[in-house]
Amino acid sequence: MIARVRIKDHWKEQRLFERRCLVAGGFIAVLSILLLARLVTLQVLRHDYYMDLSQGNRVRIEPLPAPRGLILDRNGTVVAENRPAYQLELVREEVPDLDSTLRRLTDIGLLSADDIDDTRKLVKSHRSFDSVPIRLRLDDDQIATFAVHRFEFPGVDIRTRLARFYPYGELAVHALGYVGAISEQDLGRIDRAAYAGTTLIGKLGVESTYEKDLHGQNGSREILVNAQGRSVQRQGALVPNLRTVAPVAGQDLLLSLDLGVQKVAEEALGARRGAVVALDPGNGDVLAFVSRPGFDPNMFGRGITRAEYQALLDDIDKPLFDRALRGTYPSGSTIKPAIALAGLVYGVVNPADHRFCAGVYRLPGSSRMFREGRSGRHGSVDLVDSIARSCDVYFYDLANRLGVDRIAAFLAPFGFGSVTGIDIGGEKPGLLPSREWKRKAFARAQDQVWFPGETVNFGIGQGYFLVTPLQLAHYTSILANHGTSYRPRLVNAVRDPVTGTVRRLAPVKGATIEATPEDWNIVTQGMIGALRGRGTAAATAGRNMTYTIAGKTGTAQVFSVGQNEKYVEKDVAERLRDHSWFIAFAPAEAPRIAVAVLVENGGFGSTGAAPIARKVMDAWLVKGGA
Amino acid sequence: MTFGSVDASYTRRTLTRSARALASLKVDGPLLVGLALIAVFGLIVMYSASGRDIGAVLKSATRLGIGAVAMLALARVKPGFLRRAAPVIYIVGIVLLVVVDVVGYIGKGAQRWLDLGFVRFQPSEIMKLAVPMMCAWYLHERPLPPAAPHLVATAVLIFIPVALTAAQPDLGTGMLIAVAGVLVILLAGLQLRVILALVGIAALGAWFGWGFLHDYQQKRVLMFLDPQGDPLGAGYHIIQSQIAIGSGGVFGKGWMNGSQAQLEFLPERSTDFIFAVIGEEFGLVGLALLLLLYLFVVGRAIFLALQTQETFARLLAGSIAITFFVYVFINAGMVSGLLPVVGVPLPLVSYGGTSMVTLLAGFGILMSLYSHRKLIQS
Repeated sequence: MIARVRIKDHWKEQRLFERRCLVAGGFIAVLSILLLARLVTLQVLRHDYYMDLSQGNRVRIEPLPAPRGLILDRNGTVVAENRPAYQLELVREEVPDLDSTLRRLTDIGLLSADDIDDTRKLVKSHRSFDSVPIRLRLDDDQIATFAVHRFEFPGVDIRTRLARFYPYGELAVHALGYVGAISEQDLGRIDRAAYAGTTLIGKLGVESTYEKDLHGQNGSREILVNAQGRSVQRQGALVPNLRTVAPVAGQDLLLSLDLGVQKVAEEALGARRGAVVALDPGNGDVLAFVSRPGFDPNMFGRGITRAEYQALLDDIDKPLFDRALRGTYPSGSTIKPAIALAGLVYGVVNPADHRFCAGVYRLPGSSRMFREGRSGRHGSVDLVDSIARSCDVYFYDLANRLGVDRIAAFLAPFGFGSVTGIDIGGEKPGLLPSREWKRKAFARAQDQVWFPGETVNFGIGQGYFLVTPLQLAHYTSILANHGTSYRPRLVNAVRDPVTGTVRRLAPVKGATIEATPEDWNIVTQGMIGALRGRGTAAATAGRNMTYTIAGKTGTAQVFSVGQNEKYVEKDVAERLRDHSWFIAFAPAEAPRIAVAVLVENGGFGSTGAAPIARKVMDAWLVKGGA
Repeated sequence: MTFGSVDASYTRRTLTRSARALASLKVDGPLLVGLALIAVFGLIVMYSASGRDIGAVLKSATRLGIGAVAMLALARVKPGFLRRAAPVIYIVGIVLLVVVDVVGYIGKGAQRWLDLGFVRFQPSEIMKLAVPMMCAWYLHERPLPPAAPHLVATAVLIFIPVALTAAQPDLGTGMLIAVAGVLVILLAGLQLRVILALVGIAALGAWFGWGFLHDYQQKRVLMFLDPQGDPLGAGYHIIQSQIAIGSGGVFGKGWMNGSQAQLEFLPERSTDFIFAVIGEEFGLVGLALLLLLYLFVVGRAIFLALQTQETFARLLAGSIAITFFVYVFINAGMVSGLLPVVGVPLPLVSYGGTSMVTLLAGFGILMSLYSHRKLIQS
C-alpha cells in the first residue's frame, strides 16, 4: 500500500481560507442580527415593562408615622405626650443571621438574654422588610455602645421615633392605660398597612379605647434607595421627583379627669390597696379614677423587659390589676340607701316607724341569728337613723319584707350586675343575685334554691352580691341625682391638634329610677345623718364640714365570722381583714361630686375609706375645681 | 486661491504624512482608529459605571496604554520570529498554568493569578494567544485541510491548556482559549462532515461533563434557563441586567443617570456587566453604535487576514479577528439574556484584568502579520 503524499497547494489553500472567512462573515452577520433583535426586544418592545421594574427597584415607600394624639386632663394639663426617643430597629431581610445578631446584641448589653426569644418572635411576626423596634428608649450610653459596634450589625440601626411619655408616671395609670410595642395579637386586629411605621399601640385604658382617634393616619414618603436598601439623596445628575403623603396627626383627648383631685385621691390612699372613683353626677364625668397600687406606664413605652414584667405579675399587691374597674367586692352596708329606697317605693316601710334594735335579728320561723355588725345595739331607730347609724337589724327585717325578687329588680337599673359602660375596656359586671341567677349558677339541685337567709344578708350587702368600685360610684351618682343616671366617661372631648377644633362628646343618659322626691329626700337625709351626730362617719369624714355631705359607710367581709363569734379586727391577719367602703356625694343639696372609696382590708368603712372620700371631695369642692 | 484650497492641500499632506508614519510603524490605520474609538467610548462609560471613580478610569486607561504599547511593539516583530517563537511561548504558558494549578491546589481555592511580586498576571490570558499561535504553527507546514492525525494532534494542543484553565476553575477563559484554537482548525478547512461529527461528540461530552461542573457553574447554566427561579440568588445578575438594558429604551436614561447602575442594582457593573450600563444610559442607539464599532474592527481584521500570504499568518490572523467577535457576542449575549452568565468581559470596555492587554497584543500580532507581507505586485 502506497501512502499518498499530499503536497501543499498554496493557491487552493488561499481559496479555502477565503471561503471559510466568508462563512465566518455570514455567521457574524447572523449572530449580530440575533443580538440586535434581542436588544430591540428588550429596549423597544418590552421597554415599558422594564422601565416599571427599574422604577420599582429604586423607589421605596417609607412610612411616616403620625404623631399620636396627646391626652390632657380637664384643666389642660398634659398627662400623655410624645417625646423623641432613640430606639434600636432591625430589618430582618438585611440581617445575615438573626440569631447571631440577637446574641451579639446581648453580649454588648443592648438586649436582655431573657428577651431574645420574644424579640425573635416579634421580628418574625413582621414582614421581612419592616423595620422592627427591638429595643425602645436607648439612653446615651447605650447609643454610644451601639455606635461603636454598628458596623458589626448590618440591618440593625438606631432610629429616632416619637415615644409615648407619661410625665406623671403612675398617676391615673389605670385610667390612661399605656402604650407598648405592637404584639402578635395586636397585629391580628389592626390593619397592618395603616400601622406601617407605627411601633406602639394603646394597650389599656383610654389609650386603647381611643386608639383609633389617637393613632391618626400614617403618611408615606417615596425615597430613592440603592441595592442595599440605603436611602440615597440622588442618583447620577438627576434628582427624581418623589411623592410624599403627609401623615395626619392623631386627635388629642380631653379627659374628664381632674389631675388635682386624682392626685389627692392617690396620695390619700397611699400605700394601701384600694380604689377611688369620683364622678360628676350631672354628666357622668369621671373626676378621679384610682386603683392602687399602680405602675409606671413609661416602662411599657420604653420596652419592658421580661424580668420587669414578671416582677409586676408576681407582686402580691397586683399592681397591674385595675381594682376600680375589675375588682368585685361585697358592697357591705353601702347598699342600704338603695334597699331603703326600695322599701319606700314598694311601700313596705313607713319612714316614721321605729324599730327596736337589740343587736340580733332572728328570721321569723327560724332559729338562725343574724348579728349586728359592730356597734352592739342601736335601740329604737327609724329609717333615717337606720341609714345614718347603719343598723343591720333594721335592714335584715326590711330585706326580708321586700324579698329577693323585688330587691334584685330594684337594684338592676342602678347598674348592678351589668357594666356601667365606661369608656375603657375590661370592665367587670359584678354580680346581682336573684332566684333565677342561683338556679343557673349552681349545678346541684339543693344549691339552686334561694334561702330566705340569703335575702336577709343581701339587705346589708353581704352574700353573693358583688360590686366594683366603679359601679358603686355610679350608683352613688344616681342617688345624688335622684334617679337620673349617666354613663361614666373618662374622655369628654376630642380635639383636632391642627385646627384646635374641639368636639365635645354629649353625656349619655342611662336608666332612670322612679321614686317620689320625698322618698329621695328621706334616703338623702339618712346619708347626711351618717356624717352627723351619732352617724357612722361623723367622727371621721364628717368633721369640720363646710358643705353638706351625704354618705354611707360599708364593710365587706373577707373572712366569714361564725354564728356565735364576734369579729375582732386586731386578731385577723391583715389580708383577711374586712374591706372598707365609703360612698358619698356633696353638696347634698346640689351634688357636684359622687365618690366611692374602697380600701382593701381597711377594716371598718368609717375609719378606712371615709377620710379618703372627704379629702377627694374637699379637693373638688373647696380647693377649686370647675 | 482661497483658504479652502490651502486647507485641503494641507490636510492631504498631513494625512499622507501620518499614513507614512503608520506604515513605518507597521500599524494599520483604520484598525487603530476603530480600536481607539471603542477604548474612548469605554472610558467614558467606565466613569459612569464605576460611580464616578476617576481612579478606575485612569487604571483602565493605563491598561489600555500598556496594551497599545504591546500592540505597537508586536506590530514591528517579524511574523517569522513569531512563528518560531510559538512553540516556546506555548510551552512556557503550559508550565505557568501547571504552576498556578498546583499553587491553587495547595492554597485550597480558586487560583488564576501568578504573583510575580511587582505584577500579577493570568497565564491563562497568555494562552488565548499562545494556543492559536501554536495551532497555526503546527498546521503551517502541513497540507490543508488537515488530515485526521494532524487534527487529533491539534486537538490535543488545544485540550491541554483548556483543561488546565478549566481546573483553576475558570470555565469562561478555558472556553475562550478553546474557541481561539478551534477557529484555527475551522479556518484551516475542516470538512463539514467532520465538523458535524465533532459537534455531536461535543454534545455528548457536555452531557457527561455536566457532573464534573462545580455547583456554582451548574447553577449559572440552570439560572440561564430560568432566571426567575431564584431572583435574589443566582438569577439576580441576569434579571437586573435585563431590567437595566430594557429600561434604557431607544435613547437611554443619559450618561450617569442609569438608576440600575448608579444605585448598584446591577452587579459587576463596571466589569462583566458594563454592556448593560451602556444599554441603560445610552439606549439602543448607544449599543448599536458600539456594535457597529466592534463589527468594523472585526471586518477590518478579517480583511487584513485575507491579505496575508502564509498559512501561519492567515490562520492566526483569522482566528484573532473572529475570536474578537466571539468575545463581544458572548458578553453581549450573556448580559442581554441570550447566553448563560460565563464571566467573559466586554472587549476593551470592561474594567480590569489582563484581557485588555492580551486583546491589543493580539491586534498587534495581526498588524504584524499583515504589514510584513511580501508585496508581490508593484
